[in-house]
Amino acid sequence: MADRKAELIIIGGGPAGLAAAASARKEGLQDILILERDTRLGGILNQCIHNGFGLHTFKEELTGPEYAARFIKQIEDEKIPYMLDTMVIDISEGEGGIKIVTAMNPKEGLFTIEGKAVILAMGCRERPRGALNIPGYRPAGIYSAGTAQYYVNIEGRMPGKKVVILGSGDIGLIMARRMTYEGAKVLCVAELQPYSGGLKRNIVQCLDDFDIPLLLSHTVVDIKGKKRVEGVTIAEVDENRKPIPGTEVFYECDTLLLSCGLIPENELSNKLGVKMNPVTNGAFVNESLETSVPGVFACGNVLHVHDLVDYVSGEASLAGKNAAAYIRGESGSDGYLINIKTENGVRYSVPTTVRTGNMPDTLTVRFRVGNEYRDTNLAVYLDGKQLMKLPKRVMAPGEMEQIILVKAKVNEILKDSDVSEHEIVIRVED
Amino acid sequence: MQDVTIIGAGVTGSAIARELSRLDLDVLVLEKESDVCEGTSKANSGIVHSGYDAKPGTLKAKFNVEGNKLIHELSKTLDFPFKENGSIVLELEEEGRAGIEALYERGKSNGVPGLRILEKDELLKMEPSVSSNAVCALYAPTGGIVCPFNMTIAFAENAADNGVTFKLDTEVKNIEKKTSEDGTNYYRLETSGGIIDTKVVINAAGVYSDVFHNMVSEYKLHITPRKGEYLLMDKMAGDLVKATLFQLPSKLGKGVLVTPTVHGNLMVGPTAEEVEDPEDTSTSAEGLASLFDKGAMSVEKLPRLTITSFAGLRAHEDGGDFVIGEVKDAPGFIDAAGIESPGLTAAPAVGAYVAGIVKDILGASEKKDFIDTRKGIPSMALASDEERAALIASDPAYAHVICRCELVTEGEIKNAINRTLGARTVDGIKRRTRAGMGRCQTGFCLARTIPLLAEALGVDEEEIVKSGNGAYYIEGKIKDSL
Repeated sequence: MADRKAELIIIGGGPAGLAAAASARKEGLQDILILERDTRLGGILNQCIHNGFGLHTFKEELTGPEYAARFIKQIEDEKIPYMLDTMVIDISEGEGGIKIVTAMNPKEGLFTIEGKAVILAMGCRERPRGALNIPGYRPAGIYSAGTAQYYVNIEGRMPGKKVVILGSGDIGLIMARRMTYEGAKVLCVAELQPYSGGLKRNIVQCLDDFDIPLLLSHTVVDIKGKKRVEGVTIAEVDENRKPIPGTEVFYECDTLLLSCGLIPENELSNKLGVKMNPVTNGAFVNESLETSVPGVFACGNVLHVHDLVDYVSGEASLAGKNAAAYIRGESGSDGYLINIKTENGVRYSVPTTVRTGNMPDTLTVRFRVGNEYRDTNLAVYLDGKQLMKLPKRVMAPGEMEQIILVKAKVNEILKDSDVSEHEIVIRVED
Repeated sequence: MQDVTIIGAGVTGSAIARELSRLDLDVLVLEKESDVCEGTSKANSGIVHSGYDAKPGTLKAKFNVEGNKLIHELSKTLDFPFKENGSIVLELEEEGRAGIEALYERGKSNGVPGLRILEKDELLKMEPSVSSNAVCALYAPTGGIVCPFNMTIAFAENAADNGVTFKLDTEVKNIEKKTSEDGTNYYRLETSGGIIDTKVVINAAGVYSDVFHNMVSEYKLHITPRKGEYLLMDKMAGDLVKATLFQLPSKLGKGVLVTPTVHGNLMVGPTAEEVEDPEDTSTSAEGLASLFDKGAMSVEKLPRLTITSFAGLRAHEDGGDFVIGEVKDAPGFIDAAGIESPGLTAAPAVGAYVAGIVKDILGASEKKDFIDTRKGIPSMALASDEERAALIASDPAYAHVICRCELVTEGEIKNAINRTLGARTVDGIKRRTRAGMGRCQTGFCLARTIPLLAEALGVDEEEIVKSGNGAYYIEGKIKDSL
């Protein structure tokens, strides 16, 4: 017997979990519980005090906490229950596919919750130094950009004064500006790839406007300092991302910030046996954002890392809506199964399968390309027939792309087919 | 006048301190770093060797086999993580099995129990991930894996519980042989914390042990620090192998080991490079790259799941063996020097042996109230649900997760700070509780650990260091330098 029950259990009270909960309630689902490990709702948005959030969702520029507040207000207004400071340590399946979530918090200790459906909304974490194989010493003063952001924005403390940033992920770019505002000197941002990992607007607003150099095709090859960082050596890399001897430059600094990629936090999903996409490190999902485990949905950065929170909210709303339908027992007939294949520069897609019986009138498919492309096209085929060919001025790995599949068009091609499985191909073409 | 002063609070110094704490003596341990287990003891393979490797008749062979037996027992009485997972030495060259047979014979004469040669079929059955190039292997069932931090800390804590004093952040600058008015010998230690006079000195100073030895003896020692780099991989890779896989030294070099750690990660290492600077624990691009290639020789699919890399130094003495015993021309000065592999395994045996020498010199008697057990810090990650509930009932802080990756709670961190020889640094917390040892490598928990330490120590967060003076994390408030 579980200690508690809730029809829908949402793991994570960040932007994904909040939007999923609000959307499930809009669908009429009453019995929802959000589990959040931090002491407040809002997730990482709480420390993202810069603006630029909500342009798509609210048509205005909000800060992270303001954006979160809009959703938190919906949760409060709708009286959707949530538990803070609560760590989920296990998700498992019981008899008849019921979901059992084990969690703990200092108030209630260790407890289990039984649910009909679960939405995974745990977000992501930053890639640490060790995973980057940066040689040298291991002193204090090496932070992930997010840790530095927490220090500056939440604690009001400076993690360093003279800073080098490795990796041009968005948080690193934002922190280059933020640290500069607070009196630190940011010497440069080094990026291993020949292109930036972040949004163009962040390069312009956070680096260019402050004369902070962005060194593309460069990396840190040595860290000096036994106790605290005393400096780093940066070298240029060749086309195989290998440092070029003779190009080393030493930068005296006390801090190295790392913004080298985000990794979906899927340890719980793995333990549950959810099938993972090795490209995204997130779950494989179908058109309903349902994982390989029926009744378990995923959305937001735990599914695949997004650039914009607006897209997270949209995706999570869909997950909430679909979870509510699942609980009502309304998953429609399967119809045809379409596998989405990505190739020729397109690295992955979310979702990877579509059951036409459950397909909404329009379905957004999101993906990233693996390189920088100029003046090319995005081509989409269904069983070899071209669905669309969209001209693209610029595509880059740092900017998520999307296409919209129209159900009517898909059905027109598939109608009367006596084959149950079909294939959509998304690719970059000249 | 101090009875005994031990220089160095690594695993050897701490094991000696623990054995000496059985005796009615004033024992002092001096450590130049801010915590115990800060040198070689914190950066090694964490292997409890079975003892087939050392040349018969050497101190390494003697203390290895004895130490292995002792660790099996001590892991229970002193409550530190140890697992007898077995060691396997792989022969990866087609023509060879002579090497494996020689090793088998050597192990037998060293008194290693249970040794067996595995043919390919049996090897693959035991370890399906082993490289298909493996021809045969030596299996040593008593080989094990241990948490080197918690073993060292357990020895030190138990020693302190039994009255040994630990002076951290105290560096020995000079040692002088002295004779008192009544004609007895003693030693005067000049330290960063003042003068200490002591009847007996024990030199357990790791890569610095030649320096202290040479201050008092004409029979010089010479230590060369040998750097070993390691890769530590995510727990997702932790069950790739069950036993510790060694490679038989060959014309391709000494080889590296691929092993699960006692905490469930996978580790590959070490390299072997002689360095001059006894503080040079930096890793190198070449070293890290070579580790992956060499590790991949032992197993079919070595995953690229590195979460951190590190380097440690082994104190290699020119003679190639441990140097243990009273120094010929310095009565009362006892070396535990040149301790390299299998030093971690040997430590408890060395401890008992050195304590015996001291007992003879000072004629000390056994304490009646010696406490021979010690309780480790509970682990919410390893506890059963019933144990978890009981811990939370004892203190709700055990339900407040600080390190998400390793599931370490505020309760465990508070325990680590408040116990005997408690943690004073972020690394101290990390080694005692594993907070920050996981896949995000402190990305999330650092900013939660620092306030807990600051509060417990009654200082501002700016005072909190990673390890030792100067390793600060925070440089003032925002806008300070505007």
